[in-house]
Amino acid sequence: MVYTPVKFYQTGTHTIGNRLLPAEARTVQSEPDRANALSCGHRACQGCGEALGARYAVDAAMRAAGRDLIAANATGCLEVFSTPYPETSWQIPWIHSLFGNAPAVATGIAAAMKAKGRSTRVIAQGGDGGTTDIGFGCLSGMFERNDDVLYMCYDNEAYMNTGVQRSSATPPAARTATTPAIGKAPGNAFGQGKDVPRIALAHEIPYVATATVANLRDLEAKVTRAMSLHGARYIHVLVPCPLGWGTASHETIKIARLAMETGLFPVFEGGHGEVTAVLKIRAKRPVEEYLQPQKRFAHLFRDETGRAAIAHLQAIADRNIARYGLIDPAAEV
Amino acid sequence: MLKQIEGSRAVAETVALCRPEVVCAYPISPQTHIVEAVGELVKSGALQPCEYINVESEFAAMSVAIGGSAAGARAYTATASQGLLFMVEAIYNASGLGLPIVMTVANRAIGAPINIWNDHSDALSQRDSGWIQLFAETNQEAADLHIQAFRLAEALSLPVMVCMDGFILTHAYEQVDLPTQAQVDAFLPRYEPRQVLDPLDPVTIGAMVGPEAFTEVRYLAHYRQEEALELIPDIAADFAASFGRDSGGLIRPYRLEDAETVVIALGSVLGTIKDVIDEMRAGGVKIGALGIVSYRPFPAEAIRQAMRHAKRWVVVEKALAVGMGGVVSTDVRMALDPALHQVGTAAIAGLGGRAITKDSLHRLFDLVVDGTAEPLHFLDLNLPVVKHELERMGNMRRSGPIAENLLKHLGTVAARIA
Repeated sequence: MVYTPVKFYQTGTHTIGNRLLPAEARTVQSEPDRANALSCGHRACQGCGEALGARYAVDAAMRAAGRDLIAANATGCLEVFSTPYPETSWQIPWIHSLFGNAPAVATGIAAAMKAKGRSTRVIAQGGDGGTTDIGFGCLSGMFERNDDVLYMCYDNEAYMNTGVQRSSATPPAARTATTPAIGKAPGNAFGQGKDVPRIALAHEIPYVATATVANLRDLEAKVTRAMSLHGARYIHVLVPCPLGWGTASHETIKIARLAMETGLFPVFEGGHGEVTAVLKIRAKRPVEEYLQPQKRFAHLFRDETGRAAIAHLQAIADRNIARYGLIDPAAEV
Repeated sequence: MLKQIEGSRAVAETVALCRPEVVCAYPISPQTHIVEAVGELVKSGALQPCEYINVESEFAAMSVAIGGSAAGARAYTATASQGLLFMVEAIYNASGLGLPIVMTVANRAIGAPINIWNDHSDALSQRDSGWIQLFAETNQEAADLHIQAFRLAEALSLPVMVCMDGFILTHAYEQVDLPTQAQVDAFLPRYEPRQVLDPLDPVTIGAMVGPEAFTEVRYLAHYRQEEALELIPDIAADFAASFGRDSGGLIRPYRLEDAETVVIALGSVLGTIKDVIDEMRAGGVKIGALGIVSYRPFPAEAIRQAMRHAKRWVVVEKALAVGMGGVVSTDVRMALDPALHQVGTAAIAGLGGRAITKDSLHRLFDLVVDGTAEPLHFLDLNLPVVKHELERMGNMRRSGPIAENLLKHLGTVAARIA
């Protein structure tokens, strides 16, 4: 499906400028009757990217499903901060079973709906630990069977709920509680990475996308597109975590935008094994601009080892830019 | 209708008559024939509407069943042995959430060493999981218990395991009276969930519960198991009235009236035990048997009553609590009246498929009747082999892997059973 991203150069802040759009094209969040599926009063930290991403994603899914929606949730921050009973934040039927089984629980719900002849839609959601590590087997199984589930991964790049431990989505060199910034190679190791969006694509499922909370309209549009399809669908959303990343709580959006604009987090969509569209970088930023505000990378700015690590990260960003064609040649002029 | 049929097939056809709407399948011996047959019934259209899902693991199988059940569907799966252990986290979750899933466990040993043959180590490892556990003695009972299991599970909002001995029952062809769809429909009402994921009436299921209510939630799980102690006999009686045969219930006494010695067991070994008891009775020995159908909830009161005239007892246990001894016998000991000073033995038997022969049982029961049986007895334990390995281990530090050493010592006897 071809779509033209709306650019809001006028505002200069890249924010969502609804007033410039026709009513039918306005964001879900601007609607007075938006679902508010994840309502206020939850216990997420100030500046939590996951709470923001989940609200936009689930509300968009609710609009697309005509509110006929059920959610399965993996254990993690989102589950814990939204359901300290009796203060549930969920305005939709919602089930939490275990850390590693949200995709399978969602498969079961979808199967029940099919057996009962109902058109109720099903989403599953989890953090990066619940998705790329412990829930990976169930996720792959759900993809492989092409079960009718939209899976949302809110990636804050570590196990934040248990106190910031490394996951397979933790970037190289990042300090976490289990990859301390000490020794000859401080922080997380430079591994080969575990790129779950690409792994999802390799399953040939109908829809795969990445997004960040810096581009909430893009996130809404992707959820809406995913919901227009059936079968296994996957959206991987980068959600900065002020606590785990060591960033100011008011900088969540800015940090997410820098992740995209450096090329460290490529934003794309695709399906059936192919990447079909990317969110172009309008002004490429050096990775230092993204790394420096984050305490988890503070050790990179101390010595030669750190400078080498930064160069390595820049190479990864450049590789992403080349691989996905993130920079429009015309825009570079 | 009477059929000469494999146990697995009988169970599959009976499960299909219960109209499950979500069935999850992951293969593990000796459960495979059950899920194969259910899958065939779904694909042929005999069982519809039903979603049959080939999952990627047992953990996923139970998780899909959880999702299906929470969404209001009647959910079924089957497993065994390592598969049961692989889904343990989800097993506790299903009972904790109060989801009436029914699962067949084709009982098999747990490794290492890997062993595909029958014992009860798998199911008994889950005795505290909050599931109701019913043990079938015959294939007829295995089939019948599934019909009762769905009704019991849904009445109490608790999951039920129907345990049947792997290979001994699952792969045995014998005569089974399979009910009609109309009979099952009349016995098993439509599933009306207590809680359901419904967009028209949204609920949050699986919220975090702290110390303020966790004990009460667990207590209610226990309370519902105690309710099951009342309901299981009622359902068995209703089943007998509807289907014209006895199946299920809490316990199954056999020639207990004046028995001074009582043999207790679960599952198919009761058949052999009854034959031995008949022979010993013919010789004038006052001996009887007590089959435990419902292991969880544990029918302590019924067992105490049934055993009130007994002087001695032995549990033929197809599992071993390593470092302790018997599993079932520990529960039996707790159930008995301490004032009666009944002397008990835990006889560990049939591990990993070792045949429990009449000869061996005769020898064991003679010891029990004489009062010379040890409190913990290993039936047919090959002591010379054990001693040889202990010596090896004493003589050298790097004595090697134990299981492989034992096999080497035994020589080429791959399937030796006794």
